[in-house]
Amino acid sequence: MAALMELKDIVKIYRMGDQELRALDGISLTVNDGEFVAIMGASGSGKSTLMNLMGCLDRPTSGSYRLAGDEVSRLTTNQLAQVRNHIIGFVFQGFNLLARTSSVENVALPLIYAGVSKRERLKRAEEALGQVGLAGREHHHPNQLSGGQQQRVAIARALVTQPKVILADEPTGNLDSRTSVEVMAVLQQLGRQGLTVVLVTHEPDIANYTGRVVVVRDGRLVSDTPQRPVQAVPAGAPRGAALAANPTAA
Amino acid sequence: MNLLTPFEIALEALLLNKARSLLTTLGIIIGVAAVIAMMSIGEGAKGKVKAAFDSLGTNMVVVTSGTNKTGGVMSGAGTQPTLTWDDMRAIRNEIPLVLRVSPIMGTSAQVASADTNWNTSVRGVYPEYFTIRNWYIASGSFFTKADDDTANKVAVVGRTVINNLYGNGANPIGQTMRIKNIPFQIIGILVVKGQNAMGQDTDDTVMVPAKTFLTKVQGTSLQTMIPGAIFVQATSAEATSAVDREIHILLRARHRIARVEDEDFTVRNLQEIFSAQESSIQTFTTLLAAVAGVSLLVGGIGIMNIMLVSVTERTKEIGLRMAIGAKPAVILQQFLVEAVTLSLAGGVIGIVLGVTSAFVLSSHFGWAMVFQPGIMALSAGVSALVGVFFGLYPAQRAARLDPIEALRHE
Repeated sequence: MAALMELKDIVKIYRMGDQELRALDGISLTVNDGEFVAIMGASGSGKSTLMNLMGCLDRPTSGSYRLAGDEVSRLTTNQLAQVRNHIIGFVFQGFNLLARTSSVENVALPLIYAGVSKRERLKRAEEALGQVGLAGREHHHPNQLSGGQQQRVAIARALVTQPKVILADEPTGNLDSRTSVEVMAVLQQLGRQGLTVVLVTHEPDIANYTGRVVVVRDGRLVSDTPQRPVQAVPAGAPRGAALAANPTAA
Repeated sequence: MNLLTPFEIALEALLLNKARSLLTTLGIIIGVAAVIAMMSIGEGAKGKVKAAFDSLGTNMVVVTSGTNKTGGVMSGAGTQPTLTWDDMRAIRNEIPLVLRVSPIMGTSAQVASADTNWNTSVRGVYPEYFTIRNWYIASGSFFTKADDDTANKVAVVGRTVINNLYGNGANPIGQTMRIKNIPFQIIGILVVKGQNAMGQDTDDTVMVPAKTFLTKVQGTSLQTMIPGAIFVQATSAEATSAVDREIHILLRARHRIARVEDEDFTVRNLQEIFSAQESSIQTFTTLLAAVAGVSLLVGGIGIMNIMLVSVTERTKEIGLRMAIGAKPAVILQQFLVEAVTLSLAGGVIGIVLGVTSAFVLSSHFGWAMVFQPGIMALSAGVSALVGVFFGLYPAQRAARLDPIEALRHE
């Protein structure tokens, strides 16, 4: 399998006055195409910093990061923005949907920055909503949707640009366990379709749904374990989503 | 990214906060409306003053007889005739910038048709008088130099006199009208001029040739003095001051007035009075517009304030937009377009409001107004510039946000 993300000796130092904080201290990690990886760690372990670097939101102090074959650790701000738009799809803990804006428009948002025409944007956004089991909710506003549904809208937004990898930062952090399963089912389904998914979490339950767990502590990688993922079967979730998540269980 | 998208994003964002957007633009709306209203009404007032002076006469200088001093007591202007017919001829012949001259002498007299009679002001003038005063004939014709030379008993009559003697709208050309019981032939009826600046009815008059006036109406023989004033028309508006000056020099020489002595005549330069009035209106209009302009500035600061609030409120949104691929320049553009959309919308609403209020005010108070597309275009342009100027700082703040920090913002 081809390497999608190759991090080598990544160091990230934050300077606060004359104090130096070594958030990442020489991390090397390779994520292959189609993997479903969980990055775990306690608060302050550096997992969020690692996530930001992998998501091209930030640049490492030293080290090399090849994303889809290209070295991205020295790109300019504008080039990074383009990489984020084309190659990466983000899912956040707090959903970060625009309030008072319909689902379909929220999902279409990244396509604006890709220069896609309005008609095409809406068509692709509707397709992405269908992929996460939210067909028919196109014109609902975030406050008319449940937390799980909102996060699925956010996943659709990450999918709409057809990225190579989905980066999810504590995607179930704001959800109860039932809706967490619902969201994990969607992510597993995407993984089965061949999409690479990397998620950051501090909950072992959530990490169990992935195929590989990477543990970070004090800016270093302490373990990297492949595992057999637990299948997420949402209870009482919309039928479409359940079927999509686990066709064998239907 | 296609050209419309930034405006779509901006409009969507502004429409989400309709009340706030409207309140924000209020400063611009009021500023632009005030500028437009002031300029429209000011220009209207200028036009009205010009029309009033044009009806008095074009490029006109009036020479009147001076005061008579008897034992230290000054009489009023023109109480003693001091201007001679030769003075008038000299003004016409010796000052190159003079185009036309005409005497004007007047008296109040009883005039009568076959049926009725009326008291009006009868004036003796040269045919040139009508040209100087831009006064046209409505029917019939003016009298000529030949009529004056032979003191023909012909009259050019104002509409008010005609209406009173012959009935409204009558056209008694060729009929006989008696002035002080002397029969005159009506040869022309003047175009209606209406009230003059002093509120007098300009049309309540009868014009006869100067010589006829003296010999027939006044019943005197020809004298050396003009019992009235001289209207002088200069070749252009700019020439009036030179003509004014040269009349002073000429008449002082002709009347043998020493350097220290008072003049026995008065020269009034109507063009100068008009220019002074016009420039005082201009000053007033400009001042009011400047005050209104300050409101534009304040409106701009209001926009900057709201945009800064908006950037802070939407920090998380900005972080998200950056995370999903918006370049800093695009974020800058978005907020700049929002500010310009706000101010431009305010400008357009202000123009509509300004024109409307100018229209309402002028029709209510009977003022004149002039629509000025140039000023409107300028106002729209200035309000857009205000948006760019005051929107730039908040937009830069937004564009410089760090996406990671912005996403963490609560």
